[in-house]
Amino acid sequence: MEVPENIKKRLTLPFDEHFYAGHTACQGCGASLGLRYVLKAYGKKTIVAIPACCSTIIAGPWPYSALDANLFHTAFETTGAVISGIEAALKALGYKVKGEDGIMVVGWAGDGGTADIGLQALSGFLERGHDAVYIMYDNEAYMNTGIQRSSSTPYGAWTTNTPGGKKHFLEKRHKKKVIDIVIAHRIPYAATASVAYPEDFIRKLKKAQKIPGPSFIQLFAPCPTGWRSPTDKTIEIARLAVQTAYFPLFEYENGKYKINMPNPKKEPKPIEEFLKLQGRFKYMTKEDIEILQKWVLEEWERLKKLAEVFG
Amino acid sequence: MEYKPIRKVVSGNYAAAYAALHARVQVVAAYPITPQTSIIEKIAEFIANGLADIQYIPVESEHSAMAACIGASATGARVFTATSAQGLALMHEMLHWASGARLPIVMVNVNRAMAPPWSVWDDQTDSLAQRDTGWMQFYAENNQEVYDGVLMAYKIAENVNLPAMIIESAFILSHTYDVVEMIPQELVDEFLPPRKPLYSLANFDEPFAVGGLATPNDYYEFRYKIAKAMEEAKKVIKEVGKEFGERFGRDYSEMIEKAYIDDADFVFMGMGSLMGTVKEAVDLLRKEGYKVGYAKVRWFRPFPKEELMEIAESVKGIAVLDRNFSFGQEGILFNEAKGSLYNTSARPIMKDYIVGLGGRDFTVKDVKAIAEDMKKIIESGKLDREIEWYHLKR
Ligand SMILES: Cc1ncc(C[n+]2csc(CCOP(=O)(O)OP(=O)(O)O)c2C)c(N)n1
Ligand code: SF4
Repeated sequence: MEVPENIKKRLTLPFDEHFYAGHTACQGCGASLGLRYVLKAYGKKTIVAIPACCSTIIAGPWPYSALDANLFHTAFETTGAVISGIEAALKALGYKVKGEDGIMVVGWAGDGGTADIGLQALSGFLERGHDAVYIMYDNEAYMNTGIQRSSSTPYGAWTTNTPGGKKHFLEKRHKKKVIDIVIAHRIPYAATASVAYPEDFIRKLKKAQKIPGPSFIQLFAPCPTGWRSPTDKTIEIARLAVQTAYFPLFEYENGKYKINMPNPKKEPKPIEEFLKLQGRFKYMTKEDIEILQKWVLEEWERLKKLAEVFG
Repeated sequence: MEYKPIRKVVSGNYAAAYAALHARVQVVAAYPITPQTSIIEKIAEFIANGLADIQYIPVESEHSAMAACIGASATGARVFTATSAQGLALMHEMLHWASGARLPIVMVNVNRAMAPPWSVWDDQTDSLAQRDTGWMQFYAENNQEVYDGVLMAYKIAENVNLPAMIIESAFILSHTYDVVEMIPQELVDEFLPPRKPLYSLANFDEPFAVGGLATPNDYYEFRYKIAKAMEEAKKVIKEVGKEFGERFGRDYSEMIEKAYIDDADFVFMGMGSLMGTVKEAVDLLRKEGYKVGYAKVRWFRPFPKEELMEIAESVKGIAVLDRNFSFGQEGILFNEAKGSLYNTSARPIMKDYIVGLGGRDFTVKDVKAIAEDMKKIIESGKLDREIEWYHLKR
């Protein structure tokens, strides 16, 4: 569609849509927004591999697909492997992969399919250096099977297998830092992103497209259903996750760290602001909140140091 | 071009690797496991020496090997992998994915016993446990059949859009050298033209999705189509086997290779390398006046039910040799063969001999002893027991 000039000037995101309305995500779903941005960035010459997760359903049942791109549904733990195979075949068949005009091969997997069951295939993909982009949309639990914890679920969160009760909640482990595991592979490009900051996300997607080799983006994608949050608060919650430094935005590029916070000078807001909009944290006591706050700030200091030393 | 075979002395594994090379595979993803490893090593060597232009993915597990093959095949490439036992078991989930996505992947599985206890020797339970994955299965008797099998498998698989497994036995074939007649590349190319995929992820004209959710309203029909393709495969297998015979002199038009059936009192039925031993024994037994024959099941999936029914009509007994076992029931080939004959009037006496598990030697002497046992059964018309664990140390 031709975009009028006056509108074009004001656009901060690509105008074209390649993710159709009529998909079956819940209202306020962060993941579906994320997928929409991915396709905005890459267009229809994209092959998306989706393992078992909410996005399997979001894309729609046979014979439908909400994606204006080729979509291969794959087994839960295989995203890294299947995109490796697709990339290899494209090369064997003589196609250009990645780069400005190449075919984009995208793995789009949840935190469970990435941080847990798919970690091995992810590691293999990263280590072998395939020209593809792996995006982990992080909704911090297994939503597709009904809100069970993943290793990316934060301390203090209620899930159906770490329920809160009279005694206490069960989730006592801090969120796994998948991105650190990814960076340990010393790949050319890794970044965190958030659906609350689409310009930043798209910029990172474009960067991942240009840089040869494997790229990884961990996208923060709130899930109102699983987080017990109002459906109109998705963006606000995602923004607070960044502002509280609970989920800081940063890039790792060829050994260098760069923090991309919207207001770099500002001190992080108290973690309560992020927690209070979500029913999943209602079992936390004051002490629990302190424990989480301490962890968040420690991790934040750690990241700042990394950016200082390897900036 | 006139067909003049190139004779090479190679192991079963090298025969497999050469066949993959000659089939012009484009992507190989594989993970090492004894006794399969030398297949993928050889392919790596071909690439290193510039004999082939193959994208080689040294994956981190067999599960990923199959997943990568699936991704590559869905993109339109001709792909190959090989594995064995624990590796095949680890692939199990993805085997369903390959057939469900209708991908003509060809894999060589080296039959090896499942652990525990650890064993690296021959046993068919690993591949037979994959019976219901929608993969075609060809059991090779010797290194030549490994080579021929891989080449035919691509043609058959790409015709019916189902994956195929070529199965060879651990060490007995995988590491044993024998003369293999290879086919000059140009003639392989004539027999096996480049793949024309059913669909390709690299085609962006009309965006599409593969493998998503199907409701109860649709799933059933997807299964039916695979069932139909398997049925269709029987015809294609015979045609391709016949064409192979016409072009290269080795006929594979029968899904069950048989000899001495017409006047035999009973036949030995089995699969894979042990049937080489049986052939030799049967020739000797014939000279000694035993009226025996053999029936080697080449293709276990699709199962050659009709051919088996024909054999059953002319013999009084069938001694099934199972180098495998399904716990709680019986040998797997025995089970399949018996089941296939239920609705016919031809019901020869059948006995299941469990032999050679975990690489236990199975020799001509053993075949003779079994012939002796079968002869008694046929003469008395009484089956002493249905299943015999033949080598059991009592
Ligand atoms: C091997 C295997 N084990 C379990 C499942 C069941 N399963 C499907 S989706 C899913 C959870 C997905 O969670 P995540 O990756 O975080 O994505 P989300 O659903 O949150 O979008 C599970 C456990 C499966 N499909 N395959
Ligand atoms: S459960 Fe959560 S992630 Fe899944 S579709 Fe609904 S909002 Fe999106």
